[in-house]
Amino acid sequence: MASKGFVLSRLPGFNAIAIGVFVALYLPIGMLVVYSFNAGKSVASWEGFSLQWYAVAWANDAVKDATIRSLYLALSAAVISTLLATLAALGTTRRAAFKGQTFIYVMINQPLMVPEIVSAVALLIFFAMIKQATGYAGMGYLIAAHAAFCIPFAYLPIRARLEGMDLTLETAASDLYASSWQTFRFVTLPLLLPGIFAGMMLAFVTSLDDVVITVFVKSAGQDTLPTYMLGQIRRQVTAEINAISTVLLALTVALLTLFFLLTRKKD
Amino acid sequence: MSPAEQAQITQSTRNGWLLSAPALVLLTIAAVGPLAIVVAYSFMPQGDFNGVAWGFSLEAWQGILFTKDVFDGTLAWADANLTIFWRSVKLSMLTTVFTFVVGFPTSWFIATRAPKARALWLFLITIPFWTNLLIRTFAINEIIRKEGLLNTILLKLHIISKPLEMIYTDTAVFIGMTYVYLPLMVLPLFASLDRFDMRLLEAAYDLYASPFQVLRKVIVPIVKPGIIAGSILVFVPSLGAYVTPRLLGGGKNMMIGNFIELQFGQGRNWPLGASLSVTLLFIVTGALLVYVRHANRETTHGQ
Amino acid sequence: MKKILSTVALILATAGLAHADGGELQLYNWGDYTNPELLKKFEAETGIKVTVTDYDSNDTALAKVEAGGSGFDLVVPSANFVQIYVQKDLIVPLDLTKIPNHKNIAPEWMGVAYDPGRAYTIPWQWGTTGMAVNQKTYSGDINTSAIFLDPPPELVGKVNVTPEMNDVLALATMYEGGQPCSDDPVLMKKVRDKLLEAKPKWVSMDYGMTEKMSSNDVVASLYWNGAIFRARLANPDVKYGYPKEGFPLWMDQVALLKDAKNVDNAYKFLNFIAEPENAALISAFARYANGISGSEAFMPADMKDAPEIVIPAEFKDKGHFLLGCSGKAQDYITAIWTELQK
Repeated sequence: MASKGFVLSRLPGFNAIAIGVFVALYLPIGMLVVYSFNAGKSVASWEGFSLQWYAVAWANDAVKDATIRSLYLALSAAVISTLLATLAALGTTRRAAFKGQTFIYVMINQPLMVPEIVSAVALLIFFAMIKQATGYAGMGYLIAAHAAFCIPFAYLPIRARLEGMDLTLETAASDLYASSWQTFRFVTLPLLLPGIFAGMMLAFVTSLDDVVITVFVKSAGQDTLPTYMLGQIRRQVTAEINAISTVLLALTVALLTLFFLLTRKKD
Repeated sequence: MSPAEQAQITQSTRNGWLLSAPALVLLTIAAVGPLAIVVAYSFMPQGDFNGVAWGFSLEAWQGILFTKDVFDGTLAWADANLTIFWRSVKLSMLTTVFTFVVGFPTSWFIATRAPKARALWLFLITIPFWTNLLIRTFAINEIIRKEGLLNTILLKLHIISKPLEMIYTDTAVFIGMTYVYLPLMVLPLFASLDRFDMRLLEAAYDLYASPFQVLRKVIVPIVKPGIIAGSILVFVPSLGAYVTPRLLGGGKNMMIGNFIELQFGQGRNWPLGASLSVTLLFIVTGALLVYVRHANRETTHGQ
Repeated sequence: MKKILSTVALILATAGLAHADGGELQLYNWGDYTNPELLKKFEAETGIKVTVTDYDSNDTALAKVEAGGSGFDLVVPSANFVQIYVQKDLIVPLDLTKIPNHKNIAPEWMGVAYDPGRAYTIPWQWGTTGMAVNQKTYSGDINTSAIFLDPPPELVGKVNVTPEMNDVLALATMYEGGQPCSDDPVLMKKVRDKLLEAKPKWVSMDYGMTEKMSSNDVVASLYWNGAIFRARLANPDVKYGYPKEGFPLWMDQVALLKDAKNVDNAYKFLNFIAEPENAALISAFARYANGISGSEAFMPADMKDAPEIVIPAEFKDKGHFLLGCSGKAQDYITAIWTELQK
């Protein structure tokens, strides 16, 4: 180490605070996971190990429906947003700065900047108009809304990946008379793939976690797992919710780990 | 520039737009466009029971600051709205400051790990960030409620003699938001620290600077972009928070987000809900503009 | 990835198949209010899969239904909202020939002012709004609205008030000596002042008291009788009081929406819930009484003499049925409620 180890010792308490932060971050989540295996009904006291709450949750049709709907929604939103974000990333990187580029950036990142509650209210009003005009009340609205706010999450890793790729290989390909489609298909795309997967995973997780916009946009029978949980938590805290949370948590962690490994490989 | 080069640039621009077009269309339909309707609603009169009536009215905008007394018809300051706005701004600022106070040492800690371990620590910070907001808020609730973990431990250790009543207070909302938004502060701070050459510190120490001087003169200027980015990333969602105050504030300590929702429900005042939304958007845009201007200045300095 | 995708597609496909046979029905109901057993039984008998979507206030439900196109078939408004739905042309008169069990509606619930002869609605459940108090914390008189409007010292800073505008305002108005829906400005001013003075003494304005009172997180609350009955079963210290100054009586009933898509299935459901045995199933879950004659025979034993369900004789005449208020009275209520939210 170049810094003789004095940096940390001269900034007193930094390590302690940092460790404290990690403990504080994981303690509540850890509790939740532990108590999902609680045999007792109460969420306040430990009464032995049991899987009964997973069984209860699984036997609950509303939970099953909501889970499948959440996965379907997240998958659709992730695929659509990743596709659009990939195109947009190809359009905005590795070319001379052009007029309107800033505008495109602002548009793409807009969902990150507008408070969710404002977007939710706007979508409630707008989609209600369309619902009334067309009579269509299907999942399309939720998919469109989710795909839209997932775009920046998909866009960022793809763009980062693109920026790290130089044009040499592509230039070489076109020098060998590959058509621009061939160049894209056989050179650019394979190189970009890890970025696309990373973006898709972030989009999937983002959609899976959304509460506020979904609450406002959902129509009849369109509860997702998070909105179902919101309804349940407000009324009563059941051990069943702990079990559902744990499953959702496990899914998120699994996807993120995959993401972590994917992005690390390239370094 | 030759005509050929000119043509190439034009084509490149066109392709840039064409490739971005599908994303822009979806964002216009399902994110940006609807905001225009909210703006329009804020200039319409209230409907007879809820919703809006056709026409033009500034009542909703006036309603943000003033309210007509239902008993004598006089105009007075809209006490309720102002209290809620103030609470939201205050809690969001407190959250921002506190996430910085604990987030800075944390990102420092991560940045000073060996490169391999660094990625892992960073990953550990990100996991809670991607975990469902609802689950995190719910988990915090389990910790701080009356018979929750914190009170149980403190009681058992005889540090307190009766349970702390934290749940349903501004403090609970503050704790919840700090917990929920902390990773948003740590990540940009880390990003700026990561680029920071630790040898600079060494040099400063060799020149007998005190730790405080080092912090102020060397570290702060370098991590400033990270501080600003982190503050914005925490402040913006805190200000519009809905789930956390709803679950931890017990409906009595509303923030703007809940107040906006109320207008579309029991408050039965959609135009006011719309004008409040637009106001919130203005505050957030203002904060972002400050950030952009700062960021631009930083980059021009750097060049 | 391909494998994952095809697996997910398979799950989705089977999920789609699962409810393809007997058709479907979209019920828009209060949260924590629909017995899953009831829906299972209905599905077993008719093959119709009922999907329940939750709401937490009449206003939320009305706003969503009025916005239109949400795809609901049935909604469960409270008595004071039934006329609003009728006036806004959102629900339709029932074709009684399709509901033979209509005759089972108890006589006292047949001639209600907001829906004479039950032309639009079938009773779901009815109950009271009163004071729930944990006796360990406070053992004095709980049959009074003073619990939340002038809390005794033991309860200051500990009372929860359910965020239900009409219930809260009705209780406060009766506490100040008026009738619900009063449009007397002097009286309503007193009501406002009383509520604003009391609010700092409350801990929260929230739902979810069944669990929170069971777990001692909340020790006193303005709440609904059935939910408190469930809390008492889990925590014997919880007791339910009927404010002697007057307390609200309410009923929620099922109505058929104008833009319902599954009308035939909706009629089958409406007829189904008017069957005494099924009505008892509704009550057995949320623990409120229903309005169907003969359902008592099928009710759980512990409900028959529960003090939360059977209103004691001395308080019987203190219950006031909440109806929709006139324009001015409603203006007062909304204005006071907004002021109370800050």
